[in-house]
Amino acid sequence: MNRFAYLRPTDIAEAVRAIAADPSARFIAGGTNLLDLMKYEVERPTRLIDITRLPGLDAVEETASGGLRIGALVPNADLAHDPRIAARYPLLASAILAGASPQLRNAASTGGNLLQRTRCYYFYDVGTPCNKRAPGAGCPAIDGVNRIHAILGTSTHCIATHPSDMCVALAALEAKVHVAGPNGERTIAIGDFHRLPEDRPDIDTTLAHDEIIVAVELPAEGFAGHCTYLKLRDRLSYAFALVSVAVGLAMDGDAIGRARIALGGVAHKPWRVPEAEALLQGRPPTEESYAAAADRLLAGARAYRDNGFKIELARRAITRGLAQAASGTPQSQTDKRIR
Amino acid sequence: MPERDAGPATGLPDRMPISLTINGEVRQLDVAPWTSLLDLLRLELGLTGTKKGCDHGQCGACTILLDGRRINACLTLAVMKDGARITTVEGLAAADGGLHPLQAAFVEHDAFQCGYCTPGQLCSAVGLLAEGRARSAEEIREHMSGNLCRCGAYPNIVAAIEQVMQ
Repeated sequence: MNRFAYLRPTDIAEAVRAIAADPSARFIAGGTNLLDLMKYEVERPTRLIDITRLPGLDAVEETASGGLRIGALVPNADLAHDPRIAARYPLLASAILAGASPQLRNAASTGGNLLQRTRCYYFYDVGTPCNKRAPGAGCPAIDGVNRIHAILGTSTHCIATHPSDMCVALAALEAKVHVAGPNGERTIAIGDFHRLPEDRPDIDTTLAHDEIIVAVELPAEGFAGHCTYLKLRDRLSYAFALVSVAVGLAMDGDAIGRARIALGGVAHKPWRVPEAEALLQGRPPTEESYAAAADRLLAGARAYRDNGFKIELARRAITRGLAQAASGTPQSQTDKRIR
Repeated sequence: MPERDAGPATGLPDRMPISLTINGEVRQLDVAPWTSLLDLLRLELGLTGTKKGCDHGQCGACTILLDGRRINACLTLAVMKDGARITTVEGLAAADGGLHPLQAAFVEHDAFQCGYCTPGQLCSAVGLLAEGRARSAEEIREHMSGNLCRCGAYPNIVAAIEQVMQ
């Protein structure tokens, strides 16, 4: 790990000034991803700005519109077990508990989870080229070992995936990200927060260097009665998703009223296709309906050398996830049997 | 703001004063900002019970209790935990040397072979019991998934924790 200056600002304005003054500085909160990357020398910050003592970022609060505002420093474990989250947003609680380990969830923050970086092997190995680490260097994953890589939204520069489970649920819930910068606060829709790699895979999000996440806001609708987070991976616990699906349904009698579907493990950001969700509106909860939505979600999916299996795996996960949500029987994150 | 000039342009190394309560004892320490809590415990304080396995948060051998919550000491900077209360495996037994119930249960159930993961398993299990969310053997397995045992003592580890939980 490189040496760095350590700063401990006492308010958000001071934190923003500190990061704005140094393009190589990084904020640190839980540290579970940043310190890992620093040990591999993927990240070499000149300054670490410790934001864990900033006031006002550690609470979950009701909003005027009937939703919840989650402070950026709320630990993943506390969020998943907050009784309001468990009761009103079980999709979010389930997704968080599907990821990492209890130790990591105790340390990792809400804002940090949004800013997790890919677990692409080549990104982590500074002995290989990587366009995400050094734009223009090349991408060995495209023609290399790419079993864990993306099948949707890829570019000729990068086929990395976003690793978060929490963000997949946030995408399905249409959360908003509140950020603060030198010019005050602004709000970014979760769908606009993470970006596709295109020709700048080094830029993961639309958050500017001199901005800090202050909160994540959930709208009132939590799809609590009809939701699921179904995660498929190489072992039953403590592994990143090969494919995951977050589903939230609002049922209208025996038919599907509104549907939200987001996929994890398949793209550089949580993958949503509003047209696929619209296909389900007013349709009966049947395999035929689910298959039509899955086809639309996976339109344009591309198999690379080792990851073609993800296309069929995603198709089956979508149909199973929709069935779980429609029947009100969400996937258990303890009993991993898929029903 | 307490900026310490430890950056590349300003002369190295530098250390910062912090206070930690470790296994009940208040310690005034000077730490370099880039020292992990794990390295502080092992290399500077001689508390080698906490183990370095992967050093990347993947194995759980470095699990300690920070203000009563289990975390990976390897992915934590010591300087960030100024003022915290830390319990390591050395702090689990009673002052008179009597084993913690989990330690006794691990012995009774032969819940280890090489023993390298055991301090982390024990601290993680103390955290699990404090959280109070695991109620069955299946749930214990899920809630202990952050602690790997390459000897494969898992059935006995689960049995030991289950016994103490009851």
